[in-house]
Amino acid sequence: MAQDLFVASGLEVAYGGKRRLNGERVGSVKVLHGVSLRIGRGETVGIVGESGSGKTTLGRALMRLIDIDSGRIAFDGRDISELPESEMRPLRRRMQMIFQDPMTSLNPRHTVRRILVEPLLFHRVARDHADAVRRVRDFFDRVALPLACLDRTPHELSGGQRQRVGIARAALLEPDFVLADEIVSGLDVSTQAQALNLLKTLTRDLGLAVAFISHDLSVIRAVCDRVYVMNAGQVVEEGACEDVFAAPKSRYTRLLIDAIPPPEIDPGWLDRDVAAETD
Amino acid sequence: MTAPILSVRRLSAVSELGNADPILRNVSLDLAASETLGLVGESGAGKSTIAKALLGVLPRTVRITQGEILFEGRDLRTLPRRETRAIFGDAIALVPQDPMTALNPGRRIEAQLTDGLRLRRGMSAHAAHKRALELLAEVHIRDPERVLRAYPHQLSGGMRQRVLIAAAFALEPKIIVADEPTTALDVTVQKQILRLMRQMQKAHRTAVIFVTHDLGVVAQICDRVTLMFAGAVIESGATADILSAPRHAYTRALIAAGPRYDRPEAALKPVPEDLVTRLRLEVAGVGR
Repeated sequence: MAQDLFVASGLEVAYGGKRRLNGERVGSVKVLHGVSLRIGRGETVGIVGESGSGKTTLGRALMRLIDIDSGRIAFDGRDISELPESEMRPLRRRMQMIFQDPMTSLNPRHTVRRILVEPLLFHRVARDHADAVRRVRDFFDRVALPLACLDRTPHELSGGQRQRVGIARAALLEPDFVLADEIVSGLDVSTQAQALNLLKTLTRDLGLAVAFISHDLSVIRAVCDRVYVMNAGQVVEEGACEDVFAAPKSRYTRLLIDAIPPPEIDPGWLDRDVAAETD
Repeated sequence: MTAPILSVRRLSAVSELGNADPILRNVSLDLAASETLGLVGESGAGKSTIAKALLGVLPRTVRITQGEILFEGRDLRTLPRRETRAIFGDAIALVPQDPMTALNPGRRIEAQLTDGLRLRRGMSAHAAHKRALELLAEVHIRDPERVLRAYPHQLSGGMRQRVLIAAAFALEPKIIVADEPTTALDVTVQKQILRLMRQMQKAHRTAVIFVTHDLGVVAQICDRVTLMFAGAVIESGATADILSAPRHAYTRALIAAGPRYDRPEAALKPVPEDLVTRLRLEVAGVGR
């Protein structure tokens, strides 16, 4: 099995509430109830669940974008659960994010060139501006973007192109890990297929580990090696995609799979309820 | 097929913003009473424009250049306003896409559910209240009195979509236009809502135009399907035929592009660029 890149154990996160003088927290809502997961180097791991299951919170907690209330997170063998931001910063380049909506995650007033060049300079991946531009140009072929896009702003691109810019921005920094949170929801199936194929190629070529968050089991099935199924802040099932899909052990996973409308006509599907059958 | 309740004949439209490329090109489609027709296509295919035309809510910037929209034999384009008032939003009603934005956040559910009953059916507040309770019970809302008093933010997405379905059926329409009504919902909720739509449709013998991009949803609930690309109809037919033996290359490509949970290796083939280019050329001359 691949060497571990991320190992999280017993993560708990709560939102809201007030902290008393003795440090005790009252009136908060717990959204992660002791979640553990591991992601190996170069591995694509799916995190699937419905709204409110805690999948986005889990992703953000892993990257230390939100504080955890308890549990440990190790990144590349080092415990990062309590690292101050100043010590996190050198690690930030190595863990990147691709967002759901490129329209709100790419600065609308910057050209694609600037959007891609700035992080390379900030993280000192490129020596100077010329080097950064060269890296961006070289990368464009890989993400199937025409060079003419460099001088456009995000709204001048198609939805698929915008998402590829988002993917390029993350991959250009040569990270070890990418968090992809619902990156294809809202795209047409053909555009979605392109974006997913691109992500698959890049992760293979660059040896990236990916946490792929989605509510769509079919998409998870298409791109992930392993999957964690979440419900109400807990992992209810974990395993290789093939196994989980062929023979789901948890009742909740079965419910999710059964709710996907089958691509062929199945006259009984609408009235069938696996959860009801098994109870 | 018996005489269609709705028949769109060679409908073309252009947008008056920017380029003059037609957004509908000679679109023809038929809808029989109490059947479900799936209207499928990628973004820009024109499916929402059709939906808006049927509801009389096309933006001012869209101009219909030719064609007819025949509802029970009468052309909605030429009917005087006093007659279309009884059709748009009444005999033809909408189930919208996003239950989060379709309800007014500042009004209670009761006010929003009874507007139509009071204004269009002249019901008293008391009668409309009673009817609203029945409607909510029909869409399986357990505590209808409480929901009537609630504001939209107090309800879950699935509950709001149930309220909107109740509102759509309130005036006993002959046609429901459902514009991606489950796209914003979780899969388990989607299944409940699809089930509910079918129950309601059967009970009221309503015809439904179901706008969607999900071929799985089409397979499970549509009798027939019309597939669109860049404003033109590419293929129409019985769902079983289209899905199992598509005649058009684009239909085949679209089926191959979607992810399959049962056969992951068979999926994720983007629609080939040369096919898209060829199709654009094919439809370019249509509807000008």
